[in-house]
Amino acid sequence: MITVEHLTKCYGDFVAVDDLSFEIGEGHVYGFLGPNGAGKSTTMNIMTGCLSATAGHVRIDGHDIFDEPNQAKALIGYLPEQPPLYMNETPTEYLRFVGEAKGLRGEELTRQIESVMEQTKIQDMRNRCINALSKGYKQRVGIAQALLGNPKVIILDEPTVGLDPIQIIEIRDLIRQLGQSHTVILSSHILSEVQTMCEKILIIAKGKLIAFDAPENLERRLLAPSEITLTTEADEQTAQEILAGVDGITETKFSAGPDSLLTIHLRTDAHDIYHLSKALFFAFAQKNTALLEMALKKANLEDIFLELTESSEESKSSAEAKGAKS
Amino acid sequence: MIAVLKHELRSYFHSLTAYVFGAFLLLFIGLGSMLYNIQAAVSNFEFVLNFSSLIFVVIVPILTMRVIAEERKQKTDQLLYALPISTVQVIVGKYLALLILFLIPLAIISIYPLIFSQFGDVYLLTAYGSLLAFFIMGAALIALGMFISSLTDNQGLAAGIGIAVILFNYYSVSLSEYVSSTAMGTVVALLVLILILAAIIRFLTKNDSLAYGIGLVLVVATLAMYLVNSTVFEGLLPEIMKALSLFDRFATFVNGVFDMTAIVYYCSVIAFFLFLSVQSLEKRRYN
Repeated sequence: MITVEHLTKCYGDFVAVDDLSFEIGEGHVYGFLGPNGAGKSTTMNIMTGCLSATAGHVRIDGHDIFDEPNQAKALIGYLPEQPPLYMNETPTEYLRFVGEAKGLRGEELTRQIESVMEQTKIQDMRNRCINALSKGYKQRVGIAQALLGNPKVIILDEPTVGLDPIQIIEIRDLIRQLGQSHTVILSSHILSEVQTMCEKILIIAKGKLIAFDAPENLERRLLAPSEITLTTEADEQTAQEILAGVDGITETKFSAGPDSLLTIHLRTDAHDIYHLSKALFFAFAQKNTALLEMALKKANLEDIFLELTESSEESKSSAEAKGAKS
Repeated sequence: MIAVLKHELRSYFHSLTAYVFGAFLLLFIGLGSMLYNIQAAVSNFEFVLNFSSLIFVVIVPILTMRVIAEERKQKTDQLLYALPISTVQVIVGKYLALLILFLIPLAIISIYPLIFSQFGDVYLLTAYGSLLAFFIMGAALIALGMFISSLTDNQGLAAGIGIAVILFNYYSVSLSEYVSSTAMGTVVALLVLILILAAIIRFLTKNDSLAYGIGLVLVVATLAMYLVNSTVFEGLLPEIMKALSLFDRFATFVNGVFDMTAIVYYCSVIAFFLFLSVQSLEKRRYN
């Protein structure tokens, strides 16, 4: 559906987007994740034709956004970071203008305006001045505008920023609904949001794509070590002996637990953490030592996100250091 | 384009802009008609138009100040970029809306000569010829105002620059009598103009070498011309100032000559500033 090839955007000496390439298929909700200033908005602005690229191509369903802008733009509905609303108009007037600009006329226009208003639940506000609407409703009018013309791709730039928790839940539900019939791309710097809504996640840092996968896969391929916390009645020496017989432990730390029990913090980089916990259970059972508590802490997306974005910085700086040496 | 046109017209009538513009124009021409046609009992309606043309200094910037500047400020220009319409369509749609707004009071004004002709001998041909020229000159000034609005995201600034530029244009013929008409004076003035031009190019394109290159080429060309044949420059500056004046050409129509070259001149001014407006809007995509 969308092909981005070697996209680069420079502002003077500053490289905002650096040789970005990815492909997005039809359907589903895609999440653009990255820290502030990672180049999310710039990439989205280029994908929607609002901004030119220094180099590279963007194709929407085979139409190049720079060479055939009108065909490509007709396939996209875009909500920029700040909803582009004319403040002294009503939602009906505003949607009528956008619909006409997208080439809708007469019956079809009226029908589509009604349908997008229903989808975004703004019917009750149709004749109020946009200026007088709450932030959540303004956002919805912005989304309604993007939906007009029934585009195949809907691109939303930080759609939930600045909304209250109830509005956030409502907008998320709406986006999930849209994902059933459209390709939805949304950007966010909030992890949990992307995790709950998106089927695929693109992580961007410093203008580079550093991961593109489903959230579960991202978690699975995590490199961050997991932690296991044990509470046992054994003394430190016995525990050490038992643990020596278990593979896959990278770090062990003992501390005094409650009621003169022993607490052990283990770190592991094993991929199957359950396999390790099983081994631990039997090892302690064989020595007739009771395990009173076992807590597993899997690395979550947050850790991966931090690790990926930080490691990209590290690798960059180490590459620079290498370059300086040679 | 039609969508932009309709949208612009609706927003003008929503706000006070359309009414203020129309009221000012009607008031001023009404005053002019009172003074010339009724009090002084002159039967030439074109004199009224000549007298009223000064009002453009105020009303054109009022009309055009928000046309693009406001889109930028409200960030609605992002919507225009993302919609499947070209920048040319956006600019032409906006411009046509402004012209329609300008035509409405003119339609009312066009009845005046007919009314006056009921009470005496009115030269209808020169009256309507001048009215047509009045419209085309206004259209050229509106194109200029639109371009100025596209340069900034501040309405007030757009209006201020607009007033200054149109006022200068209005008085440029009178001023041209005071500027130096010697060859040396002209060369100095041209050099200053070239520097200003280079500064504007640098501001618009953010490209140092292009600005310096164009500036240098023009400076060298001017100096070379001066050394080869300095008589070319004699009296050139006042000539240029006269040639650039949109208002000066209007006087020909008032004197009863329907000057086709002036019409062509106005149309090229319109095309030039519409082109610049498109470029100015396109440029936002590139920085």
